[in-house]
Amino acid sequence: MMTATPAASLKGRRRDGPTRPRRGGVRRRRSAGPLFVAPFMALFLLLFLAPLGYAAYLSLFQERLVGGTAFVGLDNYVRALEDPQLIHGVGRVALFFVIQVPVMLLLALAFALALDSGLLRLSRVIRLGIFVPYAVPSVVAALMWGYLYGPDFGPFAQLSRELGLPAPDFLSDGWMIGSLANIVTWEFVGYNMIILYAALRTVPTELYEAAAMDGAGAWRIARSIKLPALRPALLLTLLFSVIGSFQLFNEPNLLMKVAPDVISSSYTANLYAYTLAFTGQQVNYAATVSFLLGLVIVIVSYAVLLTANRRRTS
Amino acid sequence: MSRFFTAPSSAHLNRRGFLAATGALTLATALSACGGGDDTSGGTSAEPVGQADIDKAMKTPSELTFWTWVPNIDKEVALFEAKYPAVKIKVVNAGQGTPQYTKLRTALKAGSGAPDMVQIEYQAIPTFTITNSLLDLRPYGASALKDRFVDWTWSQVSGSKGEVWAIPQDTGPMGMLYRQDIFDRHGIEVPGTWDEFAAAARKLHKADPDVYLTNLAANQAAAWHGLLWQADAKPYVMSGSSDITVSVDDDVSKMLGTYWGTLAKEGVIGVEPDFTDSWYAGLNKGKYATWLTAAWGPVFLSGSAKSTAGKWRAAPLPQWDAAKPSSGNWGGSTTAVIRATKNPIAAAVFAQFLNTDPASAKMFATEQFFFPATKALLADESFVGQESPFYGGQKVNQVFADIGSTVNTTFQWPPFLDQAATDWTETVGKSLADKTDTVRALGTWQSRLTTYAKTQGFTVHTS
Repeated sequence: MMTATPAASLKGRRRDGPTRPRRGGVRRRRSAGPLFVAPFMALFLLLFLAPLGYAAYLSLFQERLVGGTAFVGLDNYVRALEDPQLIHGVGRVALFFVIQVPVMLLLALAFALALDSGLLRLSRVIRLGIFVPYAVPSVVAALMWGYLYGPDFGPFAQLSRELGLPAPDFLSDGWMIGSLANIVTWEFVGYNMIILYAALRTVPTELYEAAAMDGAGAWRIARSIKLPALRPALLLTLLFSVIGSFQLFNEPNLLMKVAPDVISSSYTANLYAYTLAFTGQQVNYAATVSFLLGLVIVIVSYAVLLTANRRRTS
Repeated sequence: MSRFFTAPSSAHLNRRGFLAATGALTLATALSACGGGDDTSGGTSAEPVGQADIDKAMKTPSELTFWTWVPNIDKEVALFEAKYPAVKIKVVNAGQGTPQYTKLRTALKAGSGAPDMVQIEYQAIPTFTITNSLLDLRPYGASALKDRFVDWTWSQVSGSKGEVWAIPQDTGPMGMLYRQDIFDRHGIEVPGTWDEFAAAARKLHKADPDVYLTNLAANQAAAWHGLLWQADAKPYVMSGSSDITVSVDDDVSKMLGTYWGTLAKEGVIGVEPDFTDSWYAGLNKGKYATWLTAAWGPVFLSGSAKSTAGKWRAAPLPQWDAAKPSSGNWGGSTTAVIRATKNPIAAAVFAQFLNTDPASAKMFATEQFFFPATKALLADESFVGQESPFYGGQKVNQVFADIGSTVNTTFQWPPFLDQAATDWTETVGKSLADKTDTVRALGTWQSRLTTYAKTQGFTVHTS
């Protein structure tokens, strides 16, 4: 982006420039640095790297109900790469990602632009209304939608019966991904909208004024100023969505109660890892599956970043 | 109050949701809690503990932890503490069924944080004896209690070498609750055999397409196992500590599969998951004319289908052979002692007192409405003679007490029940819900379980 260069150099100058030098300031700053970082590093090591390392360690063993624990090297990984349940689970969340994320982000973008345009009445109420579902715990949301989707006593089914139409079977095999996507979209549109809206609020108003002076209309401003300004925020929401989609768990886990014949224990990769660990007592294999899933997420996230960056430079 | 292995308790949902909500990394954190060595302290001697030692232990001040999800169990615990003031019991609710077992397993592996005594369902006992986690209660006088309990409950808590792994607390012999008014309206007799039951299912659904004779929940492996039990199936037989015979697709199972698969395909029974909003609504609104349930069902139903009070009656399950009435069990639980306890005597005495002291045992029936496991209570007129208005004044407890004596005593559970239940839902349950070939699904269930058991190091035989 063109504006990136001056902004960066401005920041750089500010950092390096002479800012009222104080005696001993440099030394104090040097010793203070690690101290400030220490709390984060301690937690990062303890809660992030240590469990990760332990999971990696676990994934190299196999513990059996009969016969105890044995080192098996990469056997678990070989098994996982050929495991149809894992492959289907990853494939399903990938499909979910492709279907759900564009819809959610486009909606979030549309809402953010509409709110930022200042043309909406009651914009604060609307903003809050769109955001409220995010405040509803996803467990509650899934239970609520599970009821709404109900084929006998759910309101949609009852309404369509009143109208003499065939009731849509939201919980059937064919509809399930759409039904899940709907729940997740409902939950997270508000969250993504807030991120995009906040990004829009940081655009200096001078830019809008200058554009208006040059005769740009609302659409033109949206396309040429707002959208480019939103690019980092959009990328952020996209990355969050990659991670969220591939780790899909709560919603299918809860809808499993109402549609056990459609949502199996390996419906998503995360659900599969959970089932392996806590139903099948295959902790080591579950660690392997988790690790591979993490790897998939890293690869997809990286691919997203790479495509976005390439588009930016071209 | 009711127990089933796919229990719909909110605790269950919350924990599952919470545990893996944040995915792979969280799982890694959770797994890191599962380190440590196994508790394999090895062979127990069945040497009886002397009365002097027991007296001494019961007078030594100590505190024991008891994991249970029974509501208001403090009342029964207070009886124990009144008799043995030196021993304090700390009651902890660690979740109902599966969530509790998950926590227990984690604590056992970690080598710390496990309770001294634990509530455990009959079907989960082998899951914890395979890991050598339970204390044999024989040395503490448990063998002498055998005759106080209904026969099948004692065989359920007994090990292959005669160990006593737990003391029965309550039970769930299976019977049939039915809507007398719906039966009357359509001229249906209470079916005594499964053939009559199938005929009634077809007749009823034809007469009123909005009504089904019953709902065989496609997610309820526990009910299926209860029906297998009634039909005298032997799906799992352990021999030794590493040999298991898995035969979930033998002739008896296939008979059951054909029977229910056909009814499901014809669409004359419901197959929706149970304990969901929709299912409760179905019971309240007369969508189902019967509920094939267990002895805890009557009280449970009177609380969840209030609008139908007075319309229900209880009867035994329909029979395969009317001359030899039999039933299975669904639910109920026991009190077991964790092998690693530092106070085995006091813990064992507690487990026995809780379930055999007449006042304590009776309190479970009157306070928690548990269906008893002791012969004394099942013959107690003040229990079996109760007339329940929800069931039109019928003596429902008597019906189930009679059923209890027909429950087969040789049924065994596998040491990997959670897996068996999950696999059932995804194969047999799915075939019922999808109206596909249930007998073929039994074969898939069999092969999935066999593969799993082999992965876990078992030597697997098929019958």
